[in-house]
Amino acid sequence: MTLSDILALFFNPEIAAKTSGFLVDGLWMTLLLCLVVIPVGALGGLAVAVLAALNRRWLNVLLVIYVDVFRALPPLVLLVFVYNVPPFAGYRISEFEAVVIAFLLNTSSYYGEIFRAGIESIGRGQWEAARSTGLGWWQTMGWVVLPQAVRNVLPDLVSNTLEVAKLTSIASVIALHELMFAARSAQQLTFNYTPLMLATLIYFVLLWPVVHLLSRLEHRRIAAG
Amino acid sequence: MLAASGMTTESRPILDVRGLRKSFGSTEVLKGIDFRLAPRELAFIIGPSGSGKSTFLRCCNRLEEPSGGSIHVDGTDIMAPGVDINAVRRHIGMVFQSFNLYPHMTALGNVTLALRLAAHIPRAEAVDLGRTALARVGLADKERAYPGELSGGQQQRVAIARALALEPRIVLFDEPTSALDPELVGSVLQVMRDLREAGMTMLVVSHELQFARAAADRVVFMEGGVIVEEGPPAQIFGDPQHARTREFVARIDGHH
Ligand SMILES: Nc1ncnc2c1ncn2[C@@H]1O[C@H](COP(=O)(O)OP(=O)(O)OP(=O)(O)O)[C@@H](O)[C@H]1O
Ligand SMILES: [Mg+2]
Repeated sequence: MTLSDILALFFNPEIAAKTSGFLVDGLWMTLLLCLVVIPVGALGGLAVAVLAALNRRWLNVLLVIYVDVFRALPPLVLLVFVYNVPPFAGYRISEFEAVVIAFLLNTSSYYGEIFRAGIESIGRGQWEAARSTGLGWWQTMGWVVLPQAVRNVLPDLVSNTLEVAKLTSIASVIALHELMFAARSAQQLTFNYTPLMLATLIYFVLLWPVVHLLSRLEHRRIAAG
Repeated sequence: MLAASGMTTESRPILDVRGLRKSFGSTEVLKGIDFRLAPRELAFIIGPSGSGKSTFLRCCNRLEEPSGGSIHVDGTDIMAPGVDINAVRRHIGMVFQSFNLYPHMTALGNVTLALRLAAHIPRAEAVDLGRTALARVGLADKERAYPGELSGGQQQRVAIARALALEPRIVLFDEPTSALDPELVGSVLQVMRDLREAGMTMLVVSHELQFARAAADRVVFMEGGVIVEEGPPAQIFGDPQHARTREFVARIDGHH
């Protein structure tokens, strides 16, 4: 293979021009997925962590089972399962709904553990000070504990969010037309790797700022001790 | 009869504790405490480490759940079933050894949080009350400072202002100066002296003996979960009746 063969196979301007519209459609879907899946997962995780902090025995047993089960299942397996099993029970769900549900189950478990660590990092003194002034449990959680808890685990939250954003590419296995799916389809139609290279570039441009933010947060945490 | 009815209105205790017991698991830490605090009274609690002083204080606003006995605060049975404990706590200020300010809020934010959320006072009015409370502890100019930007003495005064802003019937202090550098203790004691002048009812766990001698109406010596002896400071420090009290006073006096 000559250099020009390689360029034609991986960096082909003609193919790039032809498939870019298709890729941009995929990009929009990836962005939409992130916009839905990240808040849903984070809120689910917050709910798990706050409910765990209530310290009700049976509730905690259920939460531990929930978190452990969905952290043990590979996300890809979970997604295929969520997409393919409900139709047997008479529910037809769209690819998008399947992704949102599978991601809620998977990512809320991880977000939940992060929020839980944050809540546990806040000492008893903060609770006692707030409760002694007449604040209720939920008020103390919302105004005193959570703001500090989130700040304490911010790098972990950002890091997990980065993983979730990358993980949206697995939606391609159930043929949801997001960026990865668009790139693979375009590659198979054109017998050319240029669309994959483009998708790689798009992912990089999209996520690099988040990575940068993350390393700044982590350095700040190291600096703060 | 007349005298009796006069009693109920005029000198009903602010704090009325009877037969208070508290166990952690199988260890009984408070073994029947009887204690009354009159309006405007300042009582000091002293005693060796582990004698139950903090536990006693924390039972008075139910941060610890008593195992037995009764506690009335300003006439309210705080252990009655169905009592609104959050409403009760608004009227019982508490000041902690480690300040426990909210580090993510300014001094004013610390002081106004409960005014807004627990007392449901509108924001503008809460800010006014908060500023007044900060001025009372001499920190009017620090309302925008975060706890991390304040000295220990200033932080403890903000914590006192946080309690005062709610206009408590009584303030409980648990070793308010123990975490402070010696040179910062004075400013906190001065605030407590001012409070006493203003007629606040106070229950103080502390080993600031000089302050106790000068400012306390009554000193209570606790050991092993019971009140061994109580009386005016002159008696407890000068002429204690019990051998245990004598030993303890001699020991801590030696340290100061
Ligand atoms: N949450 C708890 N669980 C179990 N035991 C406890 C708890 N809190 C206090 N205790 C025990 O109760 C006893 C009394 O403790 P408390 O803190 O009231 O003593 P104290 O008089 O305030 O002592 P110090 O002067 O050291 O502050 C101690 O033996 C302590 O270990
Ligand atoms: Mg103590």
